[in-house]
Amino acid sequence: MTAWLDTIVQGVLLGGLYALFAMGQSLIFGVMRLTNTAHGDFIILAAFGAFSLALALGLPPAAAPWIAMGVLLPIAFAAGYGLQRFVLNGTLGKDPLPSLVVTFGLAIVIQNVLQEVYSADPRSIDSGGLNIASVEIGGGLAVGTLPLLIFGVAVVMAVAMQWLFGRTALGRAFRAVSDDRDAAELMGLDHRHVYALATGIAFALVAIAGTLHGMKTTVSPSDGPALLLYAFEAVIIGGMGSFYGTFAGGVILGVTQAIGFRIDPGWGIWAGHVVFLAMLLFRPSGLFPKTR
Amino acid sequence: MTAPLLATRGLESFYGDFQALFGVDFEIAQGEIVAIIGANGAGKSTFLKTVAGLLKAKRDAVMFEGEAIGGLPAGRIVQRGVALVPEGRRLFPSLSVEENLLMGAYAKRTGPWNLETVFGLFPILKEKRRNPGTALSGGQQQMVAIGRALMSNPKLLICDEISLGLAPIVVKEIYDTLPAVCSGGLTVIIVEQDVSVAQRVSNRLYCLQEGRVTLSGSSQALSREQISQAYFGV
Repeated sequence: MTAWLDTIVQGVLLGGLYALFAMGQSLIFGVMRLTNTAHGDFIILAAFGAFSLALALGLPPAAAPWIAMGVLLPIAFAAGYGLQRFVLNGTLGKDPLPSLVVTFGLAIVIQNVLQEVYSADPRSIDSGGLNIASVEIGGGLAVGTLPLLIFGVAVVMAVAMQWLFGRTALGRAFRAVSDDRDAAELMGLDHRHVYALATGIAFALVAIAGTLHGMKTTVSPSDGPALLLYAFEAVIIGGMGSFYGTFAGGVILGVTQAIGFRIDPGWGIWAGHVVFLAMLLFRPSGLFPKTR
Repeated sequence: MTAPLLATRGLESFYGDFQALFGVDFEIAQGEIVAIIGANGAGKSTFLKTVAGLLKAKRDAVMFEGEAIGGLPAGRIVQRGVALVPEGRRLFPSLSVEENLLMGAYAKRTGPWNLETVFGLFPILKEKRRNPGTALSGGQQQMVAIGRALMSNPKLLICDEISLGLAPIVVKEIYDTLPAVCSGGLTVIIVEQDVSVAQRVSNRLYCLQEGRVTLSGSSQALSREQISQAYFGV
C-alpha cells in the first residue's frame, strides 16, 4: 500500500517537471498555432547553458545553479523574442509545413552543435547535494527535496501563466491575435511583436525547465526529442488554451509513467504513450479545452 | 470649403492579380456622415479595408488630415484616428465583452470614449460585460463592435454593413444611437445595403459599381431613379 502511494507521489512530482516542459509549448501553440518541434532541444540547450554558466560563475554549488538560472532568463527571453521576430514569423501562414520544417531543422542544428561542444557524455548541473536530499512526509514516505521544489515552481508558473493569459493586457493581446489576427491589427496591435513576446516568455519558461531538469538528472545532447514528446503529450492531455489543463496533463503523464515503471521497468514511458493515445481516441480536445 | 478630413485620389486596390477598385475619388469633411452604397461585389468593403490599411495602396492615394497614409499598416492608421467596424463584427471569441472593448483602447488615443461612456451609450453591454463577446445576440455583438471602435477615440469612424443579418428593429435601434455618437464632431463613413436607410442617416452619398464611383451627391437631393441607375448600371 505504502509502495503504491509512494509511486503516485513520485509520479505527481515528476509530472510537475513535465508540466514545466509543456507550458512553453502550450503558450507558443496557443498564441500562434505554431508547433515548435525543437522545443525539447531548446530545453536541453538551456540545461547545457545553465551547466556552463554555473561552472563559469565559480560560485559554491548550492548557489551556482540558481544564479545561472537567473542569468539565463533574460538571455532566453531575448533569444526567443529574436527567433520569433526574425525567423519564425516568416514561416507562419495557412500552411503549417514551413514552421514544422524550420523548427525541425533547428532541432537538428541544436543537437549537433551540442554534440560538437559537449560531446555525447551525459552531464548534470551540480546542485551541491540538493538532488539527493529528501524530506520525510510521514507514513514512512520520503520525497526528494529537489523534485518537491520543481513541483512548487511548476504550480507557481501555472498560476502565473494563467493569470498573465486571463487577467492582464498582455494576455488579452495574446488571446486577441490568436482569435483573429486581422481584427487585432485593426485595434493597433502589431502581431509580429505580440508573437515575439509570447515566444520570449515561452523561452524564459524553457530556461527554468532546462535548468531544473539539468539539476535533477543527467542530460545529453540527444535527449531533446523525448522531452518534446512529453511536452506534447501533456499539452494534448490537458487541452489547448489552459495552463491549468497543461499542468494537469503533465501530472497525469507523470503518474501514469510512474505506475508503468512500478509494474515493469520497461513499461513507464510506454504507459504514458498509451494514456496519451487513449486521450486522442476518446477525448481528442483534452481534459480542459479553451478554459480561460 | 475647408480641406477634407479624408480624401482618396484615384485609389486602386487589388486582391493578388484581381483589381477591385479602379481609381476611386472620395472625400469627407470633418463632421460629415457619408454613406457608400452599391451592389454586392461593387468594392464597398474593399474601399473601407484599403482606407483602414488592411489592403495595400499607393501612399498618396489616401490622404488623412493632409497626410499620405495609403498602405500604412492598420495599426498605424488606427493610431492616427481612423477606426473600422469590420464587416461581420469580428469580435474576439475568447474575450469577454469588456475585454473586447478594452482591445479598442489599445491605440491609446485620448478622448471622450472609455468603458463608462460606451456603457452609457449601450447600457445592455454593461449588464453583459463578463459574457464572452460571441454569446450575445447579433445586435448586441454589433454594439460591442461599434463600442470597440469608439474606444480608440477616432476622428473618423468607418462602419461596414452594420445592419448585416440584423432584424430591422435592431438596425433602427443601432442607427438611433448615431446622433449621440456624432455629437462630439465625429466623422462617419457607413456602408449600407439598404439604400433608404443610407439616404436617411447620411449627409452625402457615394454609389460604387464594379470598383468605380458611379454617383455622388447630397443624400436628400438624389432621386430614386438616379440611385437605381447608378446602383444597377442599367
